Amino acid sequence: MMAGTETDIILQAKNVGKRFGGVAAVADVDLDVYRHETLAIIGPNGAGKTTFYNLLSGRMQPTSGTILFEGQDITGMPPHRISRLGISRSFQINNIFEEMTVRENVEVAVTALRGDGRRWANLASRNVAVQDEADELLSRLSLSALSDQRAGVISYGDKRLVEIAVVLATRPRLVLLDEPTAGMTPDETQRVVQLIKSLGNSGDYTFVITEHDMNVVFGLADRILVMHRGQRLVLGTPEEVRAHPEVRRAYLGTADEEMAP
Amino acid sequence: MHIQDKTLTPPNVDTESVNGRSDQRAVQGGWLKQGVWAIAAVTMVLLVALPWIAPYFYIFIATEVLILGLLAASFNLVFGYTGMLSFGHAAFYGIGSYAVAMLLQSFQWPLLACLLVAVVVATILALIIGFFCVRLNEVYFAMLTLAFGMMVFSIAHQWRSVTNGSDGIAGFTVGSFGLGINLQLGNPSVYYHVVLVIVVAASALLYLICRSSFGLILRAIRQNPERVAFCGINVRAYRLAAFTVAGAFAGLAGGLMAPFLRIASPELLHWSMSAEPVLMTILGGSGYFLGPFVGAGMFVLLETWITSMTQAWMLVLGIILAFMVMFFRRGLLGTILDWILERK
Repeated sequence: MMAGTETDIILQAKNVGKRFGGVAAVADVDLDVYRHETLAIIGPNGAGKTTFYNLLSGRMQPTSGTILFEGQDITGMPPHRISRLGISRSFQINNIFEEMTVRENVEVAVTALRGDGRRWANLASRNVAVQDEADELLSRLSLSALSDQRAGVISYGDKRLVEIAVVLATRPRLVLLDEPTAGMTPDETQRVVQLIKSLGNSGDYTFVITEHDMNVVFGLADRILVMHRGQRLVLGTPEEVRAHPEVRRAYLGTADEEMAP
Repeated sequence: MHIQDKTLTPPNVDTESVNGRSDQRAVQGGWLKQGVWAIAAVTMVLLVALPWIAPYFYIFIATEVLILGLLAASFNLVFGYTGMLSFGHAAFYGIGSYAVAMLLQSFQWPLLACLLVAVVVATILALIIGFFCVRLNEVYFAMLTLAFGMMVFSIAHQWRSVTNGSDGIAGFTVGSFGLGINLQLGNPSVYYHVVLVIVVAASALLYLICRSSFGLILRAIRQNPERVAFCGINVRAYRLAAFTVAGAFAGLAGGLMAPFLRIASPELLHWSMSAEPVLMTILGGSGYFLGPFVGAGMFVLLETWITSMTQAWMLVLGIILAFMVMFFRRGLLGTILDWILERK
């Protein structure tokens, strides 16, 4: 799955840090993400994973360091510009348009991508091609049956899938998923894992995911970044991470059996 | 007092799907849509025939309802669709009135040309005021629009050499309509028909804007601005665009009002005038496009009937509003349509 080489770096974080008052939520993290890999970020609660995501996606501004996406400096850019460059993210808590239909949720992202809402010619018209593209994406994610349902009334797991559809609808090259399987049933989790696997295999996407479920992490990741107290503890292949003594001590504890894929 | 974010967020805007894909909901939507179209058609026929079937007095009532309905509908683009509660909407309505009154008084331009200028002037003012206001959210946005509204009122009230101060611009007559069409605009029933045609055309355009890709993004912004930003949308730019488009339609409404009242006075710009589209939208319901029109009708008719019976019009209106907000938050039209949909 790992097609990237060291020369094909899609995202580069250099000494990225974020301080809240005197507390460093993220401290001097260096990270190169290779194109077309799936990189998992793990760490205990409060390790700085979500803050790091917020820095990468523009939700927060880093207090130090630089972030390069495909060679371009995106440090401190507003979220909508980062999104337009090709980075799309999901949120830990469901973050969709609950009063709209599932199809309309995806249409918003497709419209954003195509810039339809910004063109004067489209001020008073609705593009049918946008709907078709939304339908096509929904069918790829096996969500067609829900298209006309109001997003607020579908199941929790389906909402998370709809958010993934919204994320993918902007046609990102780098996808940041924040705990995509949190709160899902085992069946739903399996569905998301299969989805991310097949999307990763398609060669269109690079994934960075945070996840608490170690089965998901070791089943999906090409590489794993372990964060601890805002710092980069270890970065390596799943085997390297599993064997690392400091990881066992600091994060995984003695619960070796939980790590077994 | 703890102010919840919810207090400034209007109830959801109708999300009927744009095409008739066949499932339960779409079938219901289609049934409802036919009913709405039938009622709309009957209403249109009655409105066209009004001067011949209703007492003379109701021509004035109907003209006022149509103009204020357009004003409230333009306000609802900002409130119901984009989720911003503006307390300065009268600024654009008032400046539209002044533009038409001044042009008629000084140059006797054709009505259509005057209205065009009213729209342009209101658009520019909305762009300037909106540029500052859309930077703020929720209650701060509301307060800033109120502040700008009061500034515009003060200018109209104080700048006597241009605006004639508290006396306003009066003593003008509408001459020609424009486009070589010969109409007796001084005749209330003719002017009513002109207003009807212009308001219906403008409302149709406003409806298309609400249903467009642009309108879709506005509805998304009301529900979840952050998610919209992470889809690659510049939320502030869209808010400004909505505010400006709404200002343009408000300017048109104001422009139609000046020849009807035969005066453009500072009251049209007062902050209490800004409250009227807010009240109308709440009365009729912000969740449906036609809600503000229904609300304008309720407002004007109640005002007319109640003031003929008692001095305490504001007290009665206050009681009705409190009742609506507590028990029928979706407004009259919203409550009826929700009830029909649920019963099916």
